[in-house]
Amino acid sequence: MADKSKRPADMLDGAPTTVEEPGRPPTSFLEVRDLRIHFPTDDGLVKSVDGLSFKLERGRTLGIVGESGSGKSVTSLGVLGLHNRRNAKVSGEIWLDGNELVGASPDQVRRMRGRNMAMIFQDPLSAMHPFYTVGAQIVEAYRIHNDVSKKVARKHAVDMLGRVGIPKPDRRVDDYPHQFSGGMRQRAMIAMALSCDPELLIADEPTTALDVTVQAQILDLIRDLQREFNSAIIMITHDLGVVAELSDDILVMYGGRNIEYGSVDDVFHRPEHPYTWGLLGSMPRLDRERSERLLPIKGTPPSLINLPQGCAFNPRCAYSELTDGKSTVERPELRETAPGHTVACHMAVERRRRIWADEIAPKL
Amino acid sequence: MIAFILRRLGGAVLLVFIISAVTFLIFFGLPKLAGTTTDDMAARFAGKSPTPEALAAIKERFGFDQPLAVQYGNFVKAAVTGDTYDTGVEKIDCPAPCLGYSFRTNQSVTDQLVDRFPITLSLVVGAAVIWLLVGVSIGVLSALRRGSLFDRAAMMIALAGVSLPIYFTGLLSLAFVVHQWGLLPPVSYSSFADNPFKWASALILPWITLAFLYAAMYARLTRAGMLETMSEDYIRTARAKGLPERTVITKHALRASLTPLLTVFGLDIGLLFGGAVLTERTFSLKGLGSLALDGVVGSDLPVVLGTVVTASLFVVVANLIVDLLYGVVDPRVRHS
Amino acid sequence: MSTEASRAGEPVDTPPADAPADAAGTDTVAATAAATGTVTGTPVDTVTGTPATGADAPLVVQERAAPQRRGELLLEVDNLGKHFPVTSGAILRRQTGAVKAVDGVSFSVRKGETLGLVGESGCGKTTTGRMIMRLEDPTFGKITFEGHDITRMSQGQLRPLRRDIQMIFQDPYSSLNPRQTVGSIIGAAFRLQGEKPKQGVKAAVQELLELVGLSPEHYNRYPHEFSGGQRQRIGIARTLALKPKLIVADEPVSALDVSVQAQVVNLLEDLQDELDLTYVVIAHDLSVVRHISDRVAVMYLGKIVEIADRNDLYERPMHPYTNALLSAVPVPDPSQRGNRERIRLQGDVPSPLDPPPACRFHTRCWKAQEICKQVEPPLIELSPGHQAACHFPENTTVSATDAVAQSAVAPAGGDLPAAPVHKD
Repeated sequence: MADKSKRPADMLDGAPTTVEEPGRPPTSFLEVRDLRIHFPTDDGLVKSVDGLSFKLERGRTLGIVGESGSGKSVTSLGVLGLHNRRNAKVSGEIWLDGNELVGASPDQVRRMRGRNMAMIFQDPLSAMHPFYTVGAQIVEAYRIHNDVSKKVARKHAVDMLGRVGIPKPDRRVDDYPHQFSGGMRQRAMIAMALSCDPELLIADEPTTALDVTVQAQILDLIRDLQREFNSAIIMITHDLGVVAELSDDILVMYGGRNIEYGSVDDVFHRPEHPYTWGLLGSMPRLDRERSERLLPIKGTPPSLINLPQGCAFNPRCAYSELTDGKSTVERPELRETAPGHTVACHMAVERRRRIWADEIAPKL
Repeated sequence: MIAFILRRLGGAVLLVFIISAVTFLIFFGLPKLAGTTTDDMAARFAGKSPTPEALAAIKERFGFDQPLAVQYGNFVKAAVTGDTYDTGVEKIDCPAPCLGYSFRTNQSVTDQLVDRFPITLSLVVGAAVIWLLVGVSIGVLSALRRGSLFDRAAMMIALAGVSLPIYFTGLLSLAFVVHQWGLLPPVSYSSFADNPFKWASALILPWITLAFLYAAMYARLTRAGMLETMSEDYIRTARAKGLPERTVITKHALRASLTPLLTVFGLDIGLLFGGAVLTERTFSLKGLGSLALDGVVGSDLPVVLGTVVTASLFVVVANLIVDLLYGVVDPRVRHS
Repeated sequence: MSTEASRAGEPVDTPPADAPADAAGTDTVAATAAATGTVTGTPVDTVTGTPATGADAPLVVQERAAPQRRGELLLEVDNLGKHFPVTSGAILRRQTGAVKAVDGVSFSVRKGETLGLVGESGCGKTTTGRMIMRLEDPTFGKITFEGHDITRMSQGQLRPLRRDIQMIFQDPYSSLNPRQTVGSIIGAAFRLQGEKPKQGVKAAVQELLELVGLSPEHYNRYPHEFSGGQRQRIGIARTLALKPKLIVADEPVSALDVSVQAQVVNLLEDLQDELDLTYVVIAHDLSVVRHISDRVAVMYLGKIVEIADRNDLYERPMHPYTNALLSAVPVPDPSQRGNRERIRLQGDVPSPLDPPPACRFHTRCWKAQEICKQVEPPLIELSPGHQAACHFPENTTVSATDAVAQSAVAPAGGDLPAAPVHKD
């Protein structure tokens, strides 16, 4: 990230990361500031996203990792402005290339969708309309933002299908989604998302529904296309393997909040949040010798209506007693512990690092 | 696709055969089991106070003494090739498709069906146009504004529409709109070809009455279908592309949510073409429904049999058309 | 290497690996057993071929496999197949083809062992599991459980067996009746089999709840009050109620969150140790399968393409498909990003309705030669306990003493195309 070097190292430890002055356009390509997305329901207010901030530059990939209910998918839909304003309360700021989106009119945001920012979804079969040909759906996406004839748009659709690696695109363009295989469908979905050359691509679990050999193809494709289009990518997934392969930076979400953020090296090699440790320990790994036992996190993800007091992770945390009682009382702020690496945990930095080095890392 | 059509067509023909056979069995077989003599049977086919000769002739003619299978065979044969009826007094020619001869009204059943059908057709087509327009648009609006005052009011009225019987709403509107306030001319049927305006104005009330019931059902169905579709992933995709909400609704949501309605509509239309019994009765329209009812009340077996077979034919054909349309609308059906 | 030595000393009638299906295969076993006997004393690499991932690997191979090897056979599946008919026709429907969901798989499971069945969608792993449970009738082949042929048993005859073979399902949401309390869901297992636990059903259920890490107070709660992981625990408790001998687990953790997934995997392992359970675990996640299994069978389009001890398979995969699968798994280690060689398969898995002839993998295989399109490679033992069905297997130098195996493996030409390796 560009701002890594700005902060002198001696200021890092303990200083809460401050949100930049509200309302001022940022220098980053995408900047989300204090985003909150709440859903009023009969059971109470569901705080799916609660004060999330992050930045992303062109050509970079941010991996957002979390379990179900962590708010990662809600965030992605929020950036695209896809939440119905009648049943979702969205606040905060989303700056995309100098334009603020939360306060913008729905129509302004709509015009940017597809053109400046696009999204690919988890299940390409249900994400494409079953009644229209793949070509027609790409043509539609292209023509809504580009004043071209149907013929030109169709040529563009064929071209896009070819670029995402679909064989015989001039014929497949007239097929319906159900006539494509799972992998080809996801390719077509990517072709559709990239048809207007968006600067920001959000991929929400793009390979979860796919077989592993096909997943590898799609991840390669996304990587290659990013190089070609220089887009910024937000990769949302629960699969740490996928983020490790694709991301530059990683944001770990828990209970609708950012609990750890850093470069892919920081998060995988020097993680400081006990939840991140838990995620890494829960995963059986093919790249290591088989461990006798997995190291799971106890308990289950929290309810977003009734987040635990203090640190949302404290009931599941094995180290909550090492916080001088703060973990059940006070919500930990995100603090920068190394350049570009921020963590929300009450434990002292030194202690966290020691625990990781002595207790966690050797067992992984 | 051609194989699909052929298969469906074969199935449809078979179905009509089965329905006619079952109906035949009910009206000609069951009475026998219940102890009805052939003389009694013949009496049902004769007019009032028949002569013994006429009875004998009918008995002979219908072959009541013969096995049921033979009787049914004769019925089918008549339907396909036509027949001649000898009442003992005169010979009546009944050309194909001959569905029997009513000795009560001294008319061939086919002629009666042909006479009455335009009335039912006018009633149903007019009502269908209204209920589709009203029902679907209310359903869509309700779904898009779920929970709003409009939605709640519309669904309340729809509930009333579904629950109130036609003879209640029909008679009530007849009493007020025609008799009390004189807003509309009395309900009657005149040929569309003669005077379209007169045809329409004299049928508006039954149209609205019949459409009220169906519009209510369709509004509820459309609303439910629309709500389901709007939460589909591909709607989210359409929005993510940056399509205006109007396009999302009309091009993406409506088409998908109305497709299941096609099945219901086909069945409803098929059923009603066979006779909108309550509406016709309430407004004294002499359509197929009234004919069937008259047949039942007057124990006029050939008429009952004829109307049942005709009604089933409509349902089967409507279903067939729906199935074929499905293939056009939903490419997944076409390719499977 | 003590295991190898002790095994070689055993008579041939307790073969080191599980008997393959056909006669030729049985010969192979004998041949290999003989071969094993001759090579046992020599260093490991002669037996198992060139190690793929460094010299330390073979030491790990025998780590857990040893005790299982001596266990008695619990389940034997012999040339099992399931073809689903496909019909078409204008008026008269006739069968025009078959989806060969499973097309002749053979394996066996020993008491106390975990066999992992792994493969991509459409490979037939779930259908195989359902046939073992007799939820699906096999089209051909034979299933032997504890020495009894259960392939054609009627549902009535199966009844006593139902308690011995239980299943854990993928979806903890739909496999529990939402209108029943946890107590009656688990208790129903006793009632269905007419079992009367001596401490009473309620106490027995509460013991089970504790066993799977739930609280006995959960007895009167309903499934919807639990999270996904807890529901899967309820499902497991129900499975355990009748003290089954074999548990078929179909994607037991794939619907769960990562952190919860690890809890359930650990639970399954603990229960196995505690209750001496035997598992057949069906999963698509290669990491989970490696973690939980003693032996692993890789399936592709209704066939087993490779079956071996866990470490053997993951460290020295022989079949190109296994190689490709392993290489496709994203590695959660960013430092590996640049220096991992990756094999990329082209296209998707072909339809099981019309699988490619001969070797089914030849359409996607970078090593495929003419012979792969004409002759189906048999599943044969290429090193002790390691079977693969490939004309050009990797990580193996087929021993010259193994005549049968050699005849089945085509002479490897020196001009094999290189794997589509992707370095970045």
